[in-house]
Parts: sequence; structure tokens; C-alpha cells
Amino acid sequence: MSGMVEKRGLSYWMIHAGMILGVLLIFFPIWLAFVASTVSQADIVKPPMPLWPGDQFFENYRRALFSGVNAPVAVMLLNSAVMAIGIAVGKIIISLLSAFAIVYFRFPCRQLVFWLIFLTLMLPVEVRIVPTYEVVARFGMLNSYSGLIFPLIASATATFLFRQFFMTIPDELAEAARVDGSRPMRFFVDILLPMSRTNIAALFVILFIYGWNQYLWPLLITTDPQMNTIVMGIKQMFPSGDDFADWPVIMATSLLAMIPPVFVVILMQKLFVRGLMESEK
Amino acid sequence: MDKRVTFRGWLLPAALVLPQLAVTAVFFFYPAGQAVWQSLFIPDPFGLKSQFVGTGNFEFLLNDPFYRASFVTTAVFSSLVTLVSMGVALWLAVLADRLIKSSGTYRTLLIWPYAVAPAVAGVLWLFMFSTRVGLVAWYLGLLGYEWNHVLNGEEAMALVVIASSWGRISYNFLFFLAGLQAIPRSVIEAAAIDGARFWKRFWTIVFPLLSPTTFFLLVVNVVYAFFETFGVIHTITSGGPQQATTILVYKVYADGFVGQDQGSSAAQSVILLVVVGLLTIIQFKYIERKVHY
Repeated sequence: MSGMVEKRGLSYWMIHAGMILGVLLIFFPIWLAFVASTVSQADIVKPPMPLWPGDQFFENYRRALFSGVNAPVAVMLLNSAVMAIGIAVGKIIISLLSAFAIVYFRFPCRQLVFWLIFLTLMLPVEVRIVPTYEVVARFGMLNSYSGLIFPLIASATATFLFRQFFMTIPDELAEAARVDGSRPMRFFVDILLPMSRTNIAALFVILFIYGWNQYLWPLLITTDPQMNTIVMGIKQMFPSGDDFADWPVIMATSLLAMIPPVFVVILMQKLFVRGLMESEK
Repeated sequence: MDKRVTFRGWLLPAALVLPQLAVTAVFFFYPAGQAVWQSLFIPDPFGLKSQFVGTGNFEFLLNDPFYRASFVTTAVFSSLVTLVSMGVALWLAVLADRLIKSSGTYRTLLIWPYAVAPAVAGVLWLFMFSTRVGLVAWYLGLLGYEWNHVLNGEEAMALVVIASSWGRISYNFLFFLAGLQAIPRSVIEAAAIDGARFWKRFWTIVFPLLSPTTFFLLVVNVVYAFFETFGVIHTITSGGPQQATTILVYKVYADGFVGQDQGSSAAQSVILLVVVGLLTIIQFKYIERKVHY
């Protein structure tokens, strides 16, 4: 049947050629960055730069990781990891709890709580930066992990996702738990959590990437280079004056900055696609 | 949409929603309220007192040629980003959809730029177009074109648009491909039997059936271009030259943190709040409609 629509003639190979061209164009910036991270500064400041990797790979990555420009990139990687994991785990925990309460209890102001959480969908950090910064400064959370994590931790999306999922769980399970006289938290831990495993994992992938790739917020609240995250730290490596930027080290840092999230996406592709499609519904 | 079976008590559920409500109150509602409040005042130059000006900050903004220019810049920027990233993604998805067996492989190859932070994408593209060391800039020079996004506003805009669209292609590709694969083969084959050529089939059958996906992506990409591209702008142009790439979100930052003009920055935040609100409502209206079908 498929032969009708998909002819294996010249056009079939043309389509492959078109796809490969598209893939190559998308890969090209990364390839150049990789090449730049393996050559010396001298190769780069005399354009055109080479298109094939040089022999400075270990030297450049060693310099980036252990000395960097303002702070060693290894430190920034650690900061990014703490922030990304903190945001992902924190969001998942508080969303699981509140979704459980909203779905499985009838308490006063339940609708109000639901709407208050819903409204946060409309408030990305970018539009409330100055006042949020002031709050964090007043709590003394500038240049700290809690300052990096907490303001980004409330998430309507995750709460909705879990609410949606809990609604699909058969009532009989809760009924049985109630008949057994088991307490609500037992039901939550023994039945809901194990059933939500895949959803939690899918959401973790999306939230990890979200946390890792934050830029504006760390830029505002981490003035101490030792607290910089890697994604925002790259820009800080550019000299302010007319000097040449240390491109090999900057490009090595850029690659280091994209490896963890890209790795997560490729490794957990199925979960990632699922999480993405679900969270945008 | 309510559960029939529920647990009793209100103390436990209250404790369960408390963490989320506390974080939301401290880091969302209080700052948003502050933004609204501050937008009504002008602080004196020493930051000791502030004077109530009512809608003064808003009136000033709406008459400020720089702010108006920033609105236009944002409109141009987000239209271009949406158009480029969706156009390329649709093209690739249509191709991949015809390759039934290998579409999965191409999906893997195209999916991962989504994970590259906008700020990192900005640095990669800046490197290629850098006036002093950029490979692409150098080859353009060889062809007799003097590339200089540091001085030329249009080139700066082009560069931030490309850098912002690049990582976004994978996201759109994923949704377009899923949308295309959801269209029943039989519908397309019926048209093929009727003798409709590929592009005819595409425009008369496939594209209309794809419209829910297209509309969804349109909204999501506009939101992306408005709010998540700060990293690209900050790394490549810092809003320049002559504010040619100062989108609204960048201006909130530039006026609030660099320029220390609190009242104006707060008023801009409030205007952005309204914009996000509208976009969110559009998105939800659309989802409601989809549920009805």
C-alpha cells in the first residue's frame, strides 16, 4: 500500500538528500565549535579557521575545566548540576503533593488553590525579575543555591500533569485503600507513586533541561564567579575591551555546557518526547 | 472532572498544598504585586523616597519612542523566529514523514538541538559571524559582502533570529512529524488514487488537517520568542546596535538592572504580564476547542 505514496525512485533519494542536508546544516555550528575547541588561539585569530580538529583538545579542555577565565568550568558545571537537579526534584515533589491534595481531598478553598497555582503559568521569571530579585536579596539568598533554585521551583505545568494523570487512575484503588483503613499517605506512597514512575521520569528530563538552560536568573543573582552556572558563565568569559576572546577555551566550555542536557535527551529520547508532548497539552 | 472517591480531613491536604502555595506566594504573587505597585511610583534619584505618579509611568512608556521601537522590534523578531523555525521544521517533517522506515533515525538526529540553551546557541552563532574571527563572516567578505552585525542593525537582527530559530527547529519538527503521522494514510492514498500530485495533496489535504498543530506551535513559538530568547540577545548583541535588537524582555532587564529605572521597569513588567496573560488565554481557548472536537 505504501508504494502508492512513497515511490522508491529518484525522488526517494532526493528526499534522503534533503534530510541529510538539513541535518548537516543543523550540525554545522556544533562541528565548528568542536573544531575550535581543539585548535590553538593562533589558528583562530587568523581566519579562515581550520575545518578539521587540531591537537589541542586536552590542553584546551584542561585549561577550561581547571582554570577557566573567571572561575574553573568544573565549578560552574557543579553549580549547574545542583541547580538543575534541585529545580527538577523540587518541582516534582511539591507538584506531586499538591496534585494529590487537589485530586483526592475535598477541602475548603480547593478551587481557589487550584486557580492560584494555575495563575503562575502566566508569570515567567522574565517578567517579574526586579521584584523577585529584591525578595531574594532580602532573604540573603544572593549567590546561593537556594537563591538559584527556589524562585524557579513553583510550577503549574507539573501540577497539572500529575493532576491529569491521577484523574485517570481507577477509583477502585482509592476505594480499596479506604476500605482497608489505610491512611491517605500510605495510599500515596504505596500506590500513586509507583504508578507515576514513568510520568515522573519524563517530567524529570524536561525539567532538568529547563533548569540547566536557565540564563537570566543566574545572571542576576550570582555576582560571585564561584557561583556562576556554566550556561551564564560563558558570556562572562568574553573580555570587555578590544582584546581577542579566548575562543578555544570558550568553545570548549560551550561544548561542556551542552553535553549534559543533550546526553539526557538522546539517552532518554522516548521519555523526553513523551514528557514534551504531555507537558504542552 | 472530580473524583468520586476521596479521603476525609482538611489538615493533611492543607499541609500538602502548603509548600507549593508558599513558594508561589513568596516568589510569584508578592513580586508580581510589587511590580504593579512600583509601576505607580517614581523613585527619587537617591532612592530614598518615591513619588506616586499613578499611570504616569505607563503614559511615559507609551509615548516613549524607544519603548515603541522596542515593541516593533519584538514584533519583527518574534514573527521572523516563528516563521523561520516553523518553516524549516515543517519542510523537514514533510520530508521525514515520506520516509516511513527511517523517520525515526532522522528524528534522533534532529531532536537534540532542543537541549542546547539559547545562550549557548547565541555563542555558537556569534563565533561563526564574529567580524574578526568568524568563518562565515570571512567567506562573506571573500564574496565581497562586509558582514558587521556590531554596526549594522539589520544584520544584528538577522543573526539573533537565526540563532534563536536554530534550536527551536527540533521542537517544531517533533510536533509537526507527530501531527503528520497522525493523519490517516488512507485519506492521502485516496487523493493519490484520484491523481493528486504531492504538493497538491499537501496544500489541499495535509496542511488543513495539520492546522491544530500549526496553531498550537504558533502560540508556543511566539511565547518562546518573547520570553525565552533573552540569552541569545544578551550573548550576541546586548540589544544593540542602537537598540536594534532590544526586545521587550531585554528592555525590562536593561532599564531595571543596568539603567536602575525601577518605576519604568516595573511598568514594563506589568505590560508584559498582560501580554503573557493574553497569550495564555489564547492557548487555553484553543485547547478547550480541541477537546470539543
